[in-house]
Amino acid sequence: MGSRSSHAAVIPNVDSIRRETGFSQASLVRLHHRFRALDRNKKGYLSRMDLQQIGALAVNPLGDRIIESFFPNGSQRVDFPGFVRVLAHFRPVEDEDTDQDPKKPEPLNSRRNKLHYAFQLYDLDRDGKISRHEMLQVLRLMVGVQVTEEQLENIADRTVQEADEDGDGAVSFLEFTKSLEKMDVEQKMSIRILK
Amino acid sequence: MALQMFVTFSPWNCLLLLVALEYSKASSDVNESANSTAQHAPNAWFAASSSEPDERISVFELDYDYVQIPYEVTLWILLASLAKIGFHLYHRLPGLMPESCLLILVGALVGGIIFGTDHKSPPVMDSSIYFLYLLPPIVLEGGYFMPTRPFFENIGSILWWAVLGALINALGIGLSLYLICQVQAFGLGDVNLLQNLLFGSLISAVDPVAVLAVFEEARVNEQLYMMIFGEALLNDGITVVLYNILIAFTKMHKFEDIEPVDILAGCARFIIVGVGGVMFGIVFGFISAFITRFTQNISAIEPLIVFMFSYLSYLAAETLYLSGILAITACAVTMKKYVEENVSQTSYTTIKYFMKMLSSVSETLIFIFMGVSTVGKNHEWNWAFVCFTLAFCQIWRAISVFALFYVSNQFRTFPFSIKDQCIIFYSGVRGAGSFSLAFLLPLSLFPRKKMFVTATLVVIYFTVFIQGITIGPLVRYLDVKKTNKKESINEELHIRLMDHLKAGIEDVCGHWSHYQVRDKFKKFDHRYLRKILIRENLPKSSIVSLYKKLEMKQAIEMVETGILSSTAFSIPHQAQRIQEIKRLSPEDVESIRDILTCNMYQVRQRTLSYNKYNLKPQTSEKQAKEILIRRQNTLRESMRKGHSLPWGKPAGTKNIRYLSFPYGNPQSAGRDTRAAGFSDDDGSNPGSPSIMFSARSRIRSLQKQQAQEIIPMKSLHRGGKILSFGYQRSTSQEEYMCGSRRVALRPKPLFHSVDEEGESGGESEGEAFTVRSRWTTDRGHGRDYHRSHSPLLQRK
Repeated sequence: MGSRSSHAAVIPNVDSIRRETGFSQASLVRLHHRFRALDRNKKGYLSRMDLQQIGALAVNPLGDRIIESFFPNGSQRVDFPGFVRVLAHFRPVEDEDTDQDPKKPEPLNSRRNKLHYAFQLYDLDRDGKISRHEMLQVLRLMVGVQVTEEQLENIADRTVQEADEDGDGAVSFLEFTKSLEKMDVEQKMSIRILK
Repeated sequence: MALQMFVTFSPWNCLLLLVALEYSKASSDVNESANSTAQHAPNAWFAASSSEPDERISVFELDYDYVQIPYEVTLWILLASLAKIGFHLYHRLPGLMPESCLLILVGALVGGIIFGTDHKSPPVMDSSIYFLYLLPPIVLEGGYFMPTRPFFENIGSILWWAVLGALINALGIGLSLYLICQVQAFGLGDVNLLQNLLFGSLISAVDPVAVLAVFEEARVNEQLYMMIFGEALLNDGITVVLYNILIAFTKMHKFEDIEPVDILAGCARFIIVGVGGVMFGIVFGFISAFITRFTQNISAIEPLIVFMFSYLSYLAAETLYLSGILAITACAVTMKKYVEENVSQTSYTTIKYFMKMLSSVSETLIFIFMGVSTVGKNHEWNWAFVCFTLAFCQIWRAISVFALFYVSNQFRTFPFSIKDQCIIFYSGVRGAGSFSLAFLLPLSLFPRKKMFVTATLVVIYFTVFIQGITIGPLVRYLDVKKTNKKESINEELHIRLMDHLKAGIEDVCGHWSHYQVRDKFKKFDHRYLRKILIRENLPKSSIVSLYKKLEMKQAIEMVETGILSSTAFSIPHQAQRIQEIKRLSPEDVESIRDILTCNMYQVRQRTLSYNKYNLKPQTSEKQAKEILIRRQNTLRESMRKGHSLPWGKPAGTKNIRYLSFPYGNPQSAGRDTRAAGFSDDDGSNPGSPSIMFSARSRIRSLQKQQAQEIIPMKSLHRGGKILSFGYQRSTSQEEYMCGSRRVALRPKPLFHSVDEEGESGGESEGEAFTVRSRWTTDRGHGRDYHRSHSPLLQRK
């Protein structure tokens, strides 16, 4: 496989990826390694099936949605930059990021972008709103079988009610953000090893 | 309540046994016909006449001496077991104090009784009993249950910390005590340097694993866990090696005879003993793995092979004065990976349980000995020595922790925080090891042995009770807790979602560590070792597979009927209160919150969990099974309907909850040839999509009481081959199951192959098993066929 230093050269467009995602060189190398490991047939991209073979995702209630989030816009394959782009949302927020040049686009791991990623897990039809139905679906995923359907519907109703401010029966992204303003999202959605 | 009765029954039962013991002992002492109150002494016999020999044939006789030793040992063990039952009945207790506390108390109790009845305790622990019989099981269990992947990932830090920590502690405590002894006022002038060093080495033998159960829930991160575990594992070995070397030094009678050459020789010996022991262990591990390859037809002897070879490695190493402890540890670690793949499922379970049992018996006995010698006359109390020992133990441990970790943090990718270091410092609880070594000091060389024993006992009692009980609150305090305010339902839901999300993304990222070495080892392992050591996979009889199919069928039925008729499930009682829910009422909100907290799926724990005294089934297995079964239902339903599961379309009208599953790629190709030797039988059913469904498993215990519960997943291939593989409740890594190319047809899941080491960068080597499930849109095949083709879950 060659030494580590030449490894980075194998990654195409490594510099632009670095700028976009903010990952360090070492992390990118590792992620590339991981990407190639998941890519069984050396296709150069990942398909859904490759991700489905991660066993632990099978017992994650949100496993399918997580996998789906790697394939935006209905595409069937995700290449390395796309792979890294999703993972960049989970990079821990460091202090240097906060005083960024306001002209530069917001880094992928900002609080807003993290929340947006989570929001998209709910909002499957991408209409910018979490309808009551979508909330119900997520609830179904996350709750055990003992809870009855009526209870779930009530919970979904209540959840939407709590967050919905403009009364349209759905939770928009702003309302979503607002309902989570007290929560330490940066810490919850950061993975230590993705520096 | 039955529970209370049992609780009261159990101490009464203890009392019964104690009284029986006392009576039988008393009567044996008296050694004549005793008219003991028969109902209390079940084994008392009446002697008709005892005074004149040969007069009459006695109808009843008493001969206690014959059974004394095994009888008393059995009673002790039984007593400890009853105490453990009582301990666990009150379910909050295990979280408050480590189980060692309990064992020590039982030991003290027995000691008190023996002392009180003036009975000469028969089996005195001597050197050979301890080193040959009592110590190996304890060490074997530690080595066997060690999670290998994190161990090898952190091996640098672990070795650095364990070896140097033990040395620093031993030498530091020894030297400091020597300085104290020089002070005339304490009357310790006759304790020379060597004796102090020896004492230092034996008192630095820690047993931190005992406290792990106490702070389980505090989500100790994996690295910290591994450090504690690794330290416990290696500490015994190092301490004993040091102890032996110093004893050898002490035997060279004159202090002045020791020259620098000897010291160098001592150091060299230390290294050789350690490394040599490990080599021995590895060799024996490979031999036993090789032998288990051929035991398919007599699986009953598989546990025997495992145990005998481990023990043999210990003995062989001891013969050559190498470190038997390190040998047996290395043997267990090496053996585990291959043996687990080879042995049958029941053998695997037997091995696990038997190991736990043996080690717990050993430890119980040691603690009983400790208790016996606590309550006795052979103490020598010296205030200065004892107090300074205690103080130096803590001081030197603190010094070694902070100094060593400061250095190793410079080289680690994930440094240990101060909080972690505090936890490591505080978990320096001494255990049975120190006591044994102190007890076994030869009196001839150590005229003040009693003082040493006393000091050791004090340290043990102090650390186990005080540190053991307070470490739980300390860890919980150090743990960053959320503010306790009530969260809204929104927040709760979203928090849980984010936890799941984070766990999922962590899984996507996989584990990172030093790739190259592990890669190379994996390749080597695959190419050579596994071919030699792993059994050839043969098809198992169809009866076994039929049995498995039935179980799985039942599991699925159960869940399905449960889902369909919601009344069939036991609804939590909070739910029953809320039949008609109105909006916006506060107590409804409360109950909704309760429902959520109780019923949401737990996030997969990535951290390890190990309980020294127990193997309990994981409750989170149920959750994994449930999720998987629901996914299968989802898939099946969507196939039945003949369309992909819609994103954003309302789900079916039936009251079935699915986990939405994206329509998989219909190609059946793209499977690693190594993963399974499936023949591609797609031809007969061209329209049916096949969905690759793979799972990996790993062995890691999750929550408190863990034990490895496996959910094998099987899928019946069209050709009638059964592919079974185990699936175990998650944690971090991906492992691979059975990298062999042959279709594994075995009745037992292959999860063992998927031990932690399965992880590597070279995961292209067929890490996961891909199971092809065939979905037929044609329901006419009947549910059996249908179901038999779906990945099924079975609970072992």
